[in-house]
Amino acid sequence: MIKKFRYLVTVILLVASVGVANAQDDLLGSLPDEAPKKEFQKNAFKATRVITGQSIEHLSKGVLDFRILHRFGRINDGSYEAFGFDQATIRLGLDYGITDRLMFGIGRSSNKKEIDGFLKYRLIWQAKGKGGIPFSLILVSGIVKDGLKWADPNRDNYFSSRLSYYHQAIIGRKFSESFSLQFMPTVVHRNLVKTEDEEHDMKSIGVGSRIKLTKRLALTAEYYYSIDKLPEGKTDPLSIGFDIETGGHVFQLHFTNALGMNERAFLMDTDGKWNKGDIHFGFNISRVFTLSKPKSFRKNQQNN
Amino acid sequence: MKRILILLVLAIFVAAAASAQDRYFTRNGKIYFDATSSSEKIESINNQGTSVFDAKTGQFEFAVLMKGFEFEKALMQDHFHENYVESEKYPKSVFKGTIVDLSKIDFTKDGVYTANVKGNLSLHGVTKEVTTPATFTIKGGKISSKAAFKIVLADFNVTIPSLVADKVSKTASIKVDATYDKMK
Repeated sequence: MIKKFRYLVTVILLVASVGVANAQDDLLGSLPDEAPKKEFQKNAFKATRVITGQSIEHLSKGVLDFRILHRFGRINDGSYEAFGFDQATIRLGLDYGITDRLMFGIGRSSNKKEIDGFLKYRLIWQAKGKGGIPFSLILVSGIVKDGLKWADPNRDNYFSSRLSYYHQAIIGRKFSESFSLQFMPTVVHRNLVKTEDEEHDMKSIGVGSRIKLTKRLALTAEYYYSIDKLPEGKTDPLSIGFDIETGGHVFQLHFTNALGMNERAFLMDTDGKWNKGDIHFGFNISRVFTLSKPKSFRKNQQNN
Repeated sequence: MKRILILLVLAIFVAAAASAQDRYFTRNGKIYFDATSSSEKIESINNQGTSVFDAKTGQFEFAVLMKGFEFEKALMQDHFHENYVESEKYPKSVFKGTIVDLSKIDFTKDGVYTANVKGNLSLHGVTKEVTTPATFTIKGGKISSKAAFKIVLADFNVTIPSLVADKVSKTASIKVDATYDKMK
């Protein structure tokens, strides 16, 4: 009897244990966990510029970005100037991603007939997961060449007098899907200044941010505070705008007191005052072209 | 009593071994996504699909991290993740179900078998039932499976703005290709 009972218990336990094993419905759970992969943060901003200044965003490798920057005249010019729409200042630019961390760009501004070029390098890339750093650090160096005729052709004019340089470090973080913030310590060096009182170097610190309102619409703002004294009559640039995304284009619409569209111009040459209504309406259009496919994609294609 | 204990331990071991033996897994299952329209080629690959299936019960699970979908064009990739499937908000897509006609497949014999699979596909926060034929190729103890099906993007709350309505197909073709290893 006892033997029989033992036998019964054993059978029951056996069946039960098999049942338990099979009841493990969570199939994927039976795989050992893998360490989460390092994942670089993308799309902190819609474009490589917050509005006029550089953002912590980069172009991907092999991507060409054709940028049209356009600023109208001042809104307070009144109805005679159609509130600024009669005037236009533009910068046409081409940016290209050499690698995912290095890009360059060139541009031509109608204002002062300036040509500018820059290199932008992503030293630290914000990433999640193992070994990820929670912020991005970007370095930008650029050169701007004034293209106007010499003010006084009779004196000794040097080519180097036409040049200005700027260097920028951008420290930024995408805090969430909808909020990104960055700080931009910047120095602009002008080889030629108007008067002896003016400094050759001008340091400033910028702040830029984006708040996403919907999936395709974002509010952006950008402000640079000058630490050193600005030339007479010049002021700090402040811009507020919207980023609108439609397929392959990004439209950036904004209001700004700066007419300049390269770093020298908007940091050193902004003379509009917000409180007086010296505001320009402007837009940037960005159209990207993929010139070379990423290698990993091509490799996968072949296996397809 | 001692004997019962030994038997019990043995039983658990046997059961555990049996269930693991019938299970197959992969960590690099391929998923192709194609929403090509008449005016734009939109295709993507994710080769980090994780899947486990049980040859005895026919149950399977297939999970994929949305961020792993790569596109030829960087901007297209950004849009896919940011605007369409919202990868940050819905990081994972899971297909969980069973092989309906499991009896058609003999996992011990090399060959190519076709069977229907049925399951729930979760994508972009929406779960829908999907039934599709799949082929199972068994060769030297390795099992690979392939399946192709179509989904209507609107079913998964993936909306296409009217401005690009003619650039993105309303239905997407999904192809799955996975080679399984035996779980130890």
